[in-house]
Amino acid sequence: MKKICFTVLALYFSLLSAFSQQYNVDTSSYRNTKLKLDEVNLVSGYFNQDGNHSAVTGGIGTQQLNDVSNVLELKFLKQNDRNNKYTWDMEVGFDHHTAASQAYINTSGASRTFGNRFYPSINWQVEKSNGFNFGLGTSLSSEVNYHSFGLDFSAGKTSKDKNTSINFKGDVYFDKVVMIEPSEFVPKPVETSLSTYTTASGTVITDGERQTVRIPRTPRNTYSGSLTFSQIVNKNFQFALIAEGVAQNGYLGLPFHRVYFTDGSEKIENLPSERLKLPLAIRLNYFLGDKIIFRSYYRYYMDDWGIKAHTASLEIPYKVSPFLSIAPFYRYYIQTASPYFASYGTHQLTDPYYTSNYNLSAFTSQYFGINFRITPEKGVFKIPFFNMIDLRYGHYSQTTGLQANNIGINLRFK
Amino acid sequence: MQLISCTKYKIVFAALGFFMLTISTGCASVKEYQKNKINDAEMKLNARKVEKTELNFQSYREGASGANGGKVGAGCGCN
Repeated sequence: MKKICFTVLALYFSLLSAFSQQYNVDTSSYRNTKLKLDEVNLVSGYFNQDGNHSAVTGGIGTQQLNDVSNVLELKFLKQNDRNNKYTWDMEVGFDHHTAASQAYINTSGASRTFGNRFYPSINWQVEKSNGFNFGLGTSLSSEVNYHSFGLDFSAGKTSKDKNTSINFKGDVYFDKVVMIEPSEFVPKPVETSLSTYTTASGTVITDGERQTVRIPRTPRNTYSGSLTFSQIVNKNFQFALIAEGVAQNGYLGLPFHRVYFTDGSEKIENLPSERLKLPLAIRLNYFLGDKIIFRSYYRYYMDDWGIKAHTASLEIPYKVSPFLSIAPFYRYYIQTASPYFASYGTHQLTDPYYTSNYNLSAFTSQYFGINFRITPEKGVFKIPFFNMIDLRYGHYSQTTGLQANNIGINLRFK
Repeated sequence: MQLISCTKYKIVFAALGFFMLTISTGCASVKEYQKNKINDAEMKLNARKVEKTELNFQSYREGASGANGGKVGAGCGCN
C-alpha cells in the first residue's frame, strides 16, 4: 500500500511540475463582459420497462413502469478583464412516473401507482486564465417517499498547452427515506375508543376520523470523491481516467421491499447501514479519418456488499456531413451477486441481511441503440440560436427478464 | 461492515497509473490549430446531456454506479 501511495504522490508531483509552467500571455485584449445567458438546454426523456421481479412483492410480480422526465438548464457566462471565466449553471428537472408494483405497497393493490420528482440545482464555476478552475454547487430532489439535499465542490488544473487536465469533484448528499411500509406491517387499530394508527399511505385514523400526517423519515448520507485525469495524446486521440470513491451510510434499503423466507414468513428487506463503492473507469476517444469516431468506455466496479461489475461500451458516430452525425452504440454489463440477495421464498430466517431486489443479483445486461445529432449551420428549422438537436433511442435487456426502452432528446439554444 | 479486499483494485489502479504516466510523457504536444478533430463535439470525454435519463435508470437497475457522469446519490429509484 505504501508503495502505491508513493507512486501516486510521485505521479501527482510530476504532473504538478508539468502544469507549473509560467503563463506569459498578452492580456491587453482582455475586457470585462456582463453576465449573459450563454446556453439553454432542454432535455426530455421517456422510459418504460417491464419485468417480473419486483422487490415490492418480494422478487416476483410486475416491474411495469413508465417515466417521463424534463430538465431545463440555463447557463450564464461572465468574463473579467483578467480573462477569468465565470459560469452559473441552473437546472430544474421534473419527472412523472407510473409504477404497477407501487399499487401493492398495500396488499389490496389499491395504493397510488404514480409519483412525481422535482429536482433543482445550481452550480457556480470559475475558470482562471492560469488554467485553474474551481466550482461549488447545491441540489435538491423531492418525491413523495424520498428527499435529498446535495452539495458539491470541484477544483482542477489544465496545462498551459491545454493538452492535459486533472480535476477533483466532491459531492455530499443528505437524503431522507420516508418510511412507507407495506400495509401488512402497519400497526392495526387497537380496540379502544381512542384508537390511533398510521396507514401505509400516511393517513392517521383517530376515533374514526382521518387526517394526513407526516410519516417518519430516516437519513441516508452519501459522500463521493472523484479524480479525473484527461490527456490529448495526438490530434486524433484523447483519453480520460476516472477514479471514484463513494461511501454511504444510514438506511440503505427501502421500507416497502418485501422478503419471503423458506418457511413462508415475510419481513421488510434488511441491508447493512454502510456501503463503500469503488468504480474505476477509462474513456478512449479516437477520430478515424474524417468521418468516423470511436467513443469507448470501460469501468471496473467493486463494493463491500460483494458486487463486482464490468461495464464496456462503444459508440461509433459517423459524420454524414459536418452538421449531421449518426451514432450506433452498444453497452455490455455484467455483475456478480451480493450475498444479501436471494430470490422469492429462498432466504433463511438465520440470514442477518436479506433482500429480493434483483439489482443485487447476478446478471448481465445489454443496451443498444442509435443517436442522431443535428447541428445545422443556420440553426435548426433556420431558427437562429436553436443550434442543436440530439435524439437518442436505446433498448435495454437484462438476463433477469427485465426489458426497457429509453428515448431522449436534447434541444440546445446558444 | 465487511472490509473490501483491495488487492485487485490496487493492481488495476497501479496499472492505470503506469498507463497514465507512459502516455502523458510519451505523447506529442498538440497545438491549438491542430485540435479541430479533438474539439469536435463527438470527441468530448464525457457523457452527452441526452444520456442523463439512461445513466439514471442504469444506476437504479444495476448494482454498480459512478465514474460515468451519472448520479451516486439523490433520488430513490424506488420502483
